[in-house]
Amino acid sequence: MAIAMRQHRPHAVELLLALALSASLTAACSTEPGQAASSGRPSRTIENKGSDTIVNLALAWAEAYQQVQPAVQVSVTGGGTGTGMAALINGTVDIANASRRIKPEERSAAEANGISPVEFVVARDAIAVIVHPDNPVDRLTIDQIAAVYTGAIDNWAQLGGQDRPIVRLSRETNSGTHVYFLEQVLRKGDLESEALFSPDTLLLPSSEGITAEVRDNPNAIGYDGLGYVTPDVKVLAVALDPSLGYAYPTIQTVNSLEYPIARELYMYTAGEPESEVLEYLNWILSDPAQVIVSQLGFVPVRR
Amino acid sequence: MRGVAWTEFLITRWIRVSGYSAILFVLLIFGFLLREGSPALIQIPPSSLLGVRWYPIEDHFGILPLLGGSVVVTIGAMLVGVPLGITTAIYIAEVSPRSVREILKPLVEVLAGLPSVMLGFLGIILLAPSLRRLLDLPTGLSALTGALLLGGIAIPTIVSVAEDALDAVPRTYREAAMALGATRWQTIWRVTLPAARSGVLTAVMLGIARVIGETMTVMMVTGNAPVMPSGLQSLFRPVRTMTATIAAEMGEVANGSVHYHALFLIGVTLFLISLAINLIAAAVVFRQRTRAERVLS
Repeated sequence: MAIAMRQHRPHAVELLLALALSASLTAACSTEPGQAASSGRPSRTIENKGSDTIVNLALAWAEAYQQVQPAVQVSVTGGGTGTGMAALINGTVDIANASRRIKPEERSAAEANGISPVEFVVARDAIAVIVHPDNPVDRLTIDQIAAVYTGAIDNWAQLGGQDRPIVRLSRETNSGTHVYFLEQVLRKGDLESEALFSPDTLLLPSSEGITAEVRDNPNAIGYDGLGYVTPDVKVLAVALDPSLGYAYPTIQTVNSLEYPIARELYMYTAGEPESEVLEYLNWILSDPAQVIVSQLGFVPVRR
Repeated sequence: MRGVAWTEFLITRWIRVSGYSAILFVLLIFGFLLREGSPALIQIPPSSLLGVRWYPIEDHFGILPLLGGSVVVTIGAMLVGVPLGITTAIYIAEVSPRSVREILKPLVEVLAGLPSVMLGFLGIILLAPSLRRLLDLPTGLSALTGALLLGGIAIPTIVSVAEDALDAVPRTYREAAMALGATRWQTIWRVTLPAARSGVLTAVMLGIARVIGETMTVMMVTGNAPVMPSGLQSLFRPVRTMTATIAAEMGEVANGSVHYHALFLIGVTLFLISLAINLIAAAVVFRQRTRAERVLS
């Protein structure tokens, strides 16, 4: 018996088992999550992912759409505009939510994967600059905000406030709000500008993180979508040019372009939308869906 | 008879393959990290990679501030966790009465199972605001908050391993010390603890490994500002660790981009650090054992 065993070649068996193990491991790793979603099977679930700015709005739409079209289910996740774009490029979502325009390199990456993103403007948003309620500063110009965030101004006393250090709060770099703020406030729309956030800017992973810190810390300054501003923080009036007057962010000032830090919110589809996705987007641009936009503190795209 | 031999043969092989597979998995993971991370060394110029600015969306890929952030938080956490962890282990193993010990040990193990996101939540709501008020810091979201919480995370690991090591010290050592007239403190400090030294050092090393790999808590409470640490005051300022950077940015990157490779390069760095910690721990244990054997022979 012992002789019989020795005649087997144990090393070959071990090798085979090890190979089988590693093969199953690599197979598990290389399966793209999107292949299941984009396979031919007619699915009635619309995958919707991206900007955290829009996530509450997208959830409200998805919920309301259940009443309109019970057969279609919209599954909404956040994670930031960059996350949604990465998912769109990798083909794992039907609709990507974005709080900024698609970047040229994202478009070319998508096209390299055989996907041509199509853009829809679904709402408008103002970015509010917020401070602690006890902070005596009530208004700032775009230049002052840029100086604060690039690190040129370090103390609230330089802005007419108390003698306190300034703690700068921002969303993470995968947030469309971050990129918009960099381009439109720090760089004032100048494509040649190389202004950057001061390295000691706190990059917080969520809007709630920013609101929580501003609510608690009198040194803090933060920015966030108007829809996320809670009543327990102080919103600053902002002016592009102080001689033209300061404006608080409201639906009126955003639509009249008086408030300078406002932007469009987008949804991108992988190619021209069809059937359920097209119906959903048409519904989003209709009046009942746009009413939800103003209920959540955003600005409707149709007056 | 033949059937039994076959089963035994298969079981023996299966166990052997399982043993090898651990090595295989580590090699596969390291190979994957290297494959995805090494292009960054070519795509990113060394001046950028060794710079002090991490801002990947504008092609600033300096990983030194992230490395520094991890080091600052880990050192801080060890300053908290090692003394507390070892003294707790000594109390449980050497001092406490049996009844207390039977409650304490499972409780420490429960602490080990606490999800780190809960600790992070606690940090944001309670610890960070209190530290800001107490120490008059610009913000409570700092390396210190992270270090205190991570120290807490490391304690169960350190206690559990160190307590086992102390427990394994033969009873005769303590009896001999007592017989020579040593006090209880002298016995613990001069006899039991040195005898269990290799196990206690392993506990510390495992604690460090646990802390440097921790992600969720540090991402929530350290403020994530990629500032290059300089001097002692860095402990009281926001930092960004390597783990938090990978976690925060991995979701955003397009597969195969420079940023993607840079994040994997950080992963390789983390892997090498924990490999080094484990090798040091293994070397320490090995050296101790040979010395003990020499003494006993």
